[in-house]
Amino acid sequence: MKLGASSSLAAISLAGLALASVANAADKVARTPDGKPDLNGIWQTMGSAHWNLEPHNAEAGPVTSMGALGAIPGGLGVVEGGRIPYKPEAAKQRAENKANWLERDPLVKCYLPGVPRATYLPHPFQIVQEPKTLLITYEFAGADRIVYMNRPGSQAQVDSWMGYNLGRWEGDTLVIDVTGQMAESWLDSAGNFHGSKLQVQERYTPAGVNVLMYEATITDPDVFTRPWKISMPLYRRLEKNMQLLDFKCVEFVEELLYGKYRKSAAQ
Amino acid sequence: MRTLLALGMIAALGVGTAHGAEPKKYVVPRTESGQPDLRGVWNYGSDTPFERPPQFKDREFLTPEEAAAISKQIRDRSAQIEAGDGGTPIDPTGGYNQFWMDYFGQGANLRTSLVIDPPDGRMPPVQSGVKVENGGLGPDTNGVRPVRFRVGGINKDGPESRGLSERCLMGYSSGPPFVPSLYNNIVQIFQTRTHAVIMTEMIHDARIVPLDGRPTLDPELTQWSGDSRGHWEGDTLVVETRNFTDKTTSFRGAGTAKDLHLTERFTRVGANRVDYQFTIDDPKTFAKPFTALIPMVRADGDLYEYACHEGNYGLSNILSGARQDEQEALAKKGGSPQ
Repeated sequence: MKLGASSSLAAISLAGLALASVANAADKVARTPDGKPDLNGIWQTMGSAHWNLEPHNAEAGPVTSMGALGAIPGGLGVVEGGRIPYKPEAAKQRAENKANWLERDPLVKCYLPGVPRATYLPHPFQIVQEPKTLLITYEFAGADRIVYMNRPGSQAQVDSWMGYNLGRWEGDTLVIDVTGQMAESWLDSAGNFHGSKLQVQERYTPAGVNVLMYEATITDPDVFTRPWKISMPLYRRLEKNMQLLDFKCVEFVEELLYGKYRKSAAQ
Repeated sequence: MRTLLALGMIAALGVGTAHGAEPKKYVVPRTESGQPDLRGVWNYGSDTPFERPPQFKDREFLTPEEAAAISKQIRDRSAQIEAGDGGTPIDPTGGYNQFWMDYFGQGANLRTSLVIDPPDGRMPPVQSGVKVENGGLGPDTNGVRPVRFRVGGINKDGPESRGLSERCLMGYSSGPPFVPSLYNNIVQIFQTRTHAVIMTEMIHDARIVPLDGRPTLDPELTQWSGDSRGHWEGDTLVVETRNFTDKTTSFRGAGTAKDLHLTERFTRVGANRVDYQFTIDDPKTFAKPFTALIPMVRADGDLYEYACHEGNYGLSNILSGARQDEQEALAKKGGSPQ
């Protein structure tokens, strides 16, 4: 039933649908005892935004032996207006990144993904919602962010991969401002990137009990000509007994990162 | 289990009243869903020895004067080391200088050991034939792969020869169960009606604990920090954890955690204190179950991101340094470097 819903979703404008769903669903939003929307649960996107935020055709994957299983599916794109507004120098950088994807993408090395990339990886994440604090914990690399709801205007004391996260409610929308992220994280597997002045504003709006509409506005004056926005639905994982499992990928990349330093058999 | 539980309860009361820091009838605050409120950031640092030093024999508690004297001794010694900072024989570069150390008693614990059961305050013996490997700073220790201990290594042949914390797979003190260590003795507890999360700062491990009575995971599914299920017993959050991998030790370097059944109990005993009690039940590794009690005090601050792997230059350097040494040794012998 989810598949049916999302293919008709694709046929009309995402933004239009979001508004319509929110209006119809306002009375169907689960709420915490303090009357705020209850976002507790395990969520995941569908689609191929993690491969490329912009519209892209399907293509062969980089690992020959993986064949069709390793091929990259196409995608309609999730960027408002279709294209990311890079400055000319940054556009060159993106092209270079794409050409050297596997050598440069920090996720290949199992680094913490940063925001918003953590949201649309093909892994679930869990929201744990307290009135003053939220924890968003991601299956990928065990990444997590603590969101502070009660300290507007405070600043990151130190840069981090998952950023400094300040939350607030605008009506039924959870707004999170993310600053203080490491400049090295990327936005997808197509070389899309940001710099050290990255600011991300995320908006999570319930569209019924089992769907959140997600938007992220991305600002970095060193890299982009203007702020730009991505949007996509987050679906609740409805499986009985759903839980996040280990994906401690450090173990899976040791050969890639350290294999060249192994003692050889000859020695 | 029931006797252990009763012992633990009495022990917790003992700590509360022995030093008079908390009112006798503390009313535990509640969350918006009516659960005892364990939320917040807690420091589990301690200078109480894990096992009771032999000189205390069957004495469970120190007098406040004795505790103060021991604490002063520890602090004075630390200050002395700090004044002469710049390295020790096992840490010649002074990488772990004294400034960072944070093992001082936080909870005014009057106990002579963290172990409260067995009553002698000492861990029961390891079953015969079970391997005990602690690793440690300093020279590599003898052993074979898989390396299950956390600090140090067995050689420098490849990443799998190093301890789990050098590989950024597990923190060296973050458990589970977490135990007081040199620093980063910080845990944040999150709570909703249906879940608790126990998040240690060390290697940012967020252990998610469903409280909804769901069954445990399939035995084929194993995890580095096990699989936890929680429930409330009165005002105590009880967390039971199984499904550990066989890639870690059961506890303190002994055996493997594969068959470990860990029970943790979190009890709010004061405005600024939660007692953390855990029982290791692993008959394949230890002759009997045993229980430790660690008082945690509220920490005034945030958890920071401990991005271990992203900054793990150490592991590359350890391995590439060893290869360089080998090349130089070969050259000295007159061989041809590869």
